[in-house]
Amino acid sequence: MAVITRLAGGDLEIAEDAVQDACAAALAQWPSSGIPASPRAWLVSVARHKLLDRIRRESRRAVKESAAMAGGVHAAGQHAVVAESGGDPLTAADDQLGLVFMCCHPALDPAVRVALTLRSVCGLSTGQIAAGFLVPEATMAQRLVRAKRKIRQAGIPMLVPSGPELGGRLSSVLRVIYLVFTEGHMATGGSQLVRGDLCDEAIRLARVITELLPDEPEATGLLALLLLTDARRAARTDASGGLVLLADQDRSRWDAAMIAEGGRLVEQALRLRQPGPYQLHAAIAACHGEAGSAVDTDWRQIVALYDELLRFEPTAVVAANRAAAVAMADGPEAGLAILAELGSDTAMARWPQLHVATAELLRRAGDADAALAAYREALRLGLADAQRAFVERRIRALSPEPAD
Amino acid sequence: MKYLFLLYGGPIPDAGTAEARKLFEAWSTANEAMAAAGVLISCGPLQPPESTTTVRVRGGQTLLTDGPAAEIKEQFGGYTLVECANLDEALKWAAAVPTASDGVVEVRPVIAVATPD
Repeated sequence: MAVITRLAGGDLEIAEDAVQDACAAALAQWPSSGIPASPRAWLVSVARHKLLDRIRRESRRAVKESAAMAGGVHAAGQHAVVAESGGDPLTAADDQLGLVFMCCHPALDPAVRVALTLRSVCGLSTGQIAAGFLVPEATMAQRLVRAKRKIRQAGIPMLVPSGPELGGRLSSVLRVIYLVFTEGHMATGGSQLVRGDLCDEAIRLARVITELLPDEPEATGLLALLLLTDARRAARTDASGGLVLLADQDRSRWDAAMIAEGGRLVEQALRLRQPGPYQLHAAIAACHGEAGSAVDTDWRQIVALYDELLRFEPTAVVAANRAAAVAMADGPEAGLAILAELGSDTAMARWPQLHVATAELLRRAGDADAALAAYREALRLGLADAQRAFVERRIRALSPEPAD
Repeated sequence: MKYLFLLYGGPIPDAGTAEARKLFEAWSTANEAMAAAGVLISCGPLQPPESTTTVRVRGGQTLLTDGPAAEIKEQFGGYTLVECANLDEALKWAAAVPTASDGVVEVRPVIAVATPD
């Protein structure tokens, strides 16, 4: 897809059509002719022909139409020139990176960047993406069409920026990759299969970025974070699909190879001495990864990392997580004091996660009544499916009589 | 590809004031840089909005109105037309225009049309 998009001069709409035509041709021919030695090269070559056909048709049409009326019709000559120079497999990785930077361009609406990346870079169907974002397929299709049109009309290039622009643009790309991963990890929608695919895809993209930009510590930090988080995937849910907290996870089910690679990457990134949020999140995840159990974890080190993280990301999520770490290091009362201070803010008091965190600490402190009240408040404010099931389990376990 | 920078900012200072000289120098610097890079096509600061005449042709009749329709804080005060390879290049130059630092610059792609000589 990335190669063909470059050949199409960055026009995602005609590139997608060409790739679809090539896949249709493969479905028609491969059953009788057999799968070619290099299916990818075959598809690229066929898609390229389809693309050139299309450009020739468009240029004939463009001549007939008044240029003023054509509006979005592309400079056909320019396409043809670009198309002739393409097809070198060595540039495939660069093309992919250029495509990622194009889909994550700050001139695009932030909300559509993730969807466009999933569609154009990861190859998810519009239906799958729509399910992930909990919107009707037609709505998502319209958003994608608008974004692709903006790319074409505004001339957003399929290039990796250089110089001072790279920093800001890279952070937009890393953000999108992180959101692709969390979409898979938190699973707001879609089937089990799609969720794992999204995590794998985010890790693959992060690898592409770090291979081509090895001196960007935040890119390395993000890859480390994704590996360290994904290493716990198998232990995160129980047999019935329910959420299992970090402290209760069966650590023998963690992926040791991924944890080792993630740990190495964190060290490698931190050695560059330009700390950033992804590196710090990754360092925290590495502390968990190295510990044999929740009790054996170096909680003081984790609190120190959260202190540093708060400088970059002064958010409620980070503050609440820090409180949980403080509770592990110094006892539940110390954590509860921090959460109570956070909750004195009225906006924060409406955040369900704050009540879940408070309830967990109250439960550990042995105050069942107060814990129950906090769990119920969290339920009242609204939780995602997996977490609601978890909180309901906690309520049942704490209630003197069955809750329902 | 041509891009039009639509410049929205506060009122232009009175001629002869130190403020006006400073603004003129900032503009000269930005325009010289764009001209040296070969991207500048033209640039036009506009007389104040009060000097506007609005033209509408309805049913074959030309209707003229004095002034623009609405009063807004940041007024459309000028334009810069550039030829750039892509949006990234255009955005870089738009950020260098003085109006970007105290007002806003809208970057709008221009449709290529054949114009009579």
